[in-house]
Amino acid sequence: MDLITEITIFVLAAFVGFEVISKVPTTLHTPLMSQTNAIHGIVMLGGLIVIGAADDTLLKVIGTIAIAFGTINIVGGFLVTDRMLGMFRGRDRDRKPKEAEAESVPPSEAGQ
Amino acid sequence: MTEAPPLALSQSSDFVIACYILAFSLFILGIRQGTHPRTARRGNLIAAAGMLVAIAITLSLDVVGNGALIVIGIGLGTAVGVIASYRVQMTAMPQMVALYNGVGGGAAALIAWSEFRHASAGGESIPLDVFIPILFSTVIGSVSFWGSNIAFGKLQEILPSRPILLPFQHIFNGLLLAAILAGCIVLGIDHDSPPEGLYIAVLIGAAVLGNLFVLPIGGADMPVVISLLNAFTGLAAAAAGFALDNVALIVAGTLVGSSGTILTLEMSRAMNRSIANLLFSGFGAVSAAAGEREERPVTSIGAEDAAIKLGYADSVVFVPGYGMAVAQAQHAVKELADGLQKRGVDVNFAIHPVAGRMPGHMNVLLAEADVPYEQLREMEEINPELPRTDVAVVIGANDVTNPAAKDDPDSPIAGMPIIEVDQAREVIVIKRSLSPGFAGIDNDLFYKENTSMLFSDAKGAASDIAAQVEEL
Repeated sequence: MDLITEITIFVLAAFVGFEVISKVPTTLHTPLMSQTNAIHGIVMLGGLIVIGAADDTLLKVIGTIAIAFGTINIVGGFLVTDRMLGMFRGRDRDRKPKEAEAESVPPSEAGQ
Repeated sequence: MTEAPPLALSQSSDFVIACYILAFSLFILGIRQGTHPRTARRGNLIAAAGMLVAIAITLSLDVVGNGALIVIGIGLGTAVGVIASYRVQMTAMPQMVALYNGVGGGAAALIAWSEFRHASAGGESIPLDVFIPILFSTVIGSVSFWGSNIAFGKLQEILPSRPILLPFQHIFNGLLLAAILAGCIVLGIDHDSPPEGLYIAVLIGAAVLGNLFVLPIGGADMPVVISLLNAFTGLAAAAAGFALDNVALIVAGTLVGSSGTILTLEMSRAMNRSIANLLFSGFGAVSAAAGEREERPVTSIGAEDAAIKLGYADSVVFVPGYGMAVAQAQHAVKELADGLQKRGVDVNFAIHPVAGRMPGHMNVLLAEADVPYEQLREMEEINPELPRTDVAVVIGANDVTNPAAKDDPDSPIAGMPIIEVDQAREVIVIKRSLSPGFAGIDNDLFYKENTSMLFSDAKGAASDIAAQVEEL
């Protein structure tokens, strides 16, 4: 791939990033940050690629640590996000009946 | 792809590219779904599936070798990631994100170093379109790694969360940054045979800069810093993608870079401060001198009195903050809220956008305790209702309720939007002591006539009051 193609991809991806997350409720900021955090763990692929050419000890050590770091970033990131979002799901599941309730007893809301 | 950089082979096969396109499409879809409460969890799984595709196809590339080391690296990383994620308390989430972000940055820097060593090994010239991204990834990755570790240390309270500002630190940081850039330029000019010593010096310089850049920032601003470093790491990953000619890295890294930037801007807007101000002011360092604080009288009450005030109120607003998170008090608070509701008290929770250590931090904790969504009210929504509220209960929040933000133009937090609890008829502040919050400044709220202080940890106090409310 030539440099210009790569720069084109870079610029377009930047705009996609802006567009795709521009409207997020505050509630989801932490999980979303954690999820995007997991996604940049993709740098670990770089570790997989460079370690193949590692022929001295230093390169092997650096490469292995890089892969381990990247994997922690990916595995930990996605799992922690899932744990956080799991709690929201619990609330969402029984949200419907609660919404119905809230509609039937509006005075407490209106009365404050 | 005839002029492929040394390590990027046959990533250009159509099948591999197609798999990468699939992977980053799944990332985009995953992030998109992550912005809606109902689909967020599925979105996360979709992104994870994209990652699996990307890793699987990369493992099948012919440049991949040293399989045993790969297995060790992945095994080790998976074990640490799984254990850490299941053990971490929900309250420690921000630190966890900081740490994961740091290792990602570390990986980017190490990969860049590895690529540099390999590319310059045979005394060969490194083409600039590979070398510049390598240097970028080295510097940014290293800053992100060390900066995130300091952020982790501050949030975990291994390091003092107060801003630590050395004399002339900003000037020194500036000079250090200039030196790093100069080093990079020299390396770039000398790209036919770049000296490794200078490269290592740049790597170390960036590490020192990462430490020094986060140390002067107070604990209260840490969420913004972590978000910024998150964006940095994304860009470092994208740069690694340029160096290795890997389209998946470029797209995924850039996505994170731009989304992280938006989050950072949103957070600093919520605090009504510009990014530059927040990063370079050593926020609170000046006014943090504890000795200056004069002794002023406060009204102190016990759990029984608090229970009576709450139990006979018509409307109560809870204002949670980091103290609730530290004490793990969310369940006790929910119990108290239930008790009050049973008595017909109207209960709401006021969530400041930067309460706790991250946007949404309080929402996560209260959701864990099953507090209904409708009771979680945002700052703009609840502030007009506060003058009609009988009792506002501040649980371990401090700076986000400090009226000095409105009243005192000289205050370091002047102009920051706050939850206007001082407007409520009565305020009960549950706090362990009168010590200042993360901004390091005294809170006038504690000394107001209609404020009562309940000195206790949040969890103990909430359970005690709940028990007393039962007996009313």
